[in-house]
Amino acid sequence: MPVRLLGKKIGMTRMIQENGDMVPVTVLQVNPGKIVQEKTPKKEGYRAVQLAFCEVGENRVNKSRLGHFKKAKTKPHRYLREFRLLGDESYKLGDEVKVDVFVEGELVDVTGVSKGKGFAGGVKRHHWRGGPKTHGSRFHRAPGSIGACATPGEVDKGRNMPGHMGQEKVTVQCLRVMRVDADKNLLLVKGAVPGANNGIVSVKKSVKA
Amino acid sequence: MRNPIIQEIEKEFTTREVPDFIPGDTVRVSVRIIEGTRERIQDFEGVVLARNNGGVDENFVVRKISAGIGVERTFCFHSPKVEKIKVVRRGRVRRAKLYYLRERSGKGARIRERKY
Repeated sequence: MPVRLLGKKIGMTRMIQENGDMVPVTVLQVNPGKIVQEKTPKKEGYRAVQLAFCEVGENRVNKSRLGHFKKAKTKPHRYLREFRLLGDESYKLGDEVKVDVFVEGELVDVTGVSKGKGFAGGVKRHHWRGGPKTHGSRFHRAPGSIGACATPGEVDKGRNMPGHMGQEKVTVQCLRVMRVDADKNLLLVKGAVPGANNGIVSVKKSVKA
Repeated sequence: MRNPIIQEIEKEFTTREVPDFIPGDTVRVSVRIIEGTRERIQDFEGVVLARNNGGVDENFVVRKISAGIGVERTFCFHSPKVEKIKVVRRGRVRRAKLYYLRERSGKGARIRERKY
């Protein structure tokens, strides 16, 4: 199987098990992806495949992209992502990879872009404890001390501070596949997945499984 | 509005017919309890405080006074643990959530019967 599959986060719901347990699941729509380019050690110096996702009309892509898709004899797609091949799998151009490469019960890692939180303070961004709200306290959510005095005379590099939070690549590991629906191209995984609904995510077999 | 794909998935889990009752009604909920290997049914009877709608998440809160202590349980409509729901008495109330009953007891916690 390829290293990853591309999908769209649809949203969350829950599944009711036979014994009455409720399982929170995220629904991912994993339409068949097409292999549009293969990178080889000979030409590019490493092994990888380029996967296309989300079919669109020809007027939605520019001419250079269109030529790229025509070479692989596929329709134009909105997203292109490259994934390294580590094993000795081989693919042909135009090959389709579907959601049925996953089986129910197996563990997967899901990568997405987290929701943007804007400029966030340290309490939210780094889980600082903050100060007391009352009892005469004048220290609430401010950063506090960020270093000592003339020795070392500077602020440590990497010191955690307020700043932009979210909208970054996040991977959630070891989510259990609750269901694979190959007809509707749906993948149901237990638990939450990074990013907003309709965001693009990639799914791969768990590295820890 | 829920996503149509999610609605389709939820349909599978929401096969049970939703009984007709509203907050203020008194219901008897039969709950499946598994003790080791044995399974038995236990009834929980009380006033419905609230109903929360919404697909598979649909649930309701039942309150009863057990040995002088108020006990509340939240049940999921579509859970297989809920064997059946029987309406014992219909009550007439003027709001959707009856959380005010928590602060009342005895005469103050009475609910008028609803007549059709």
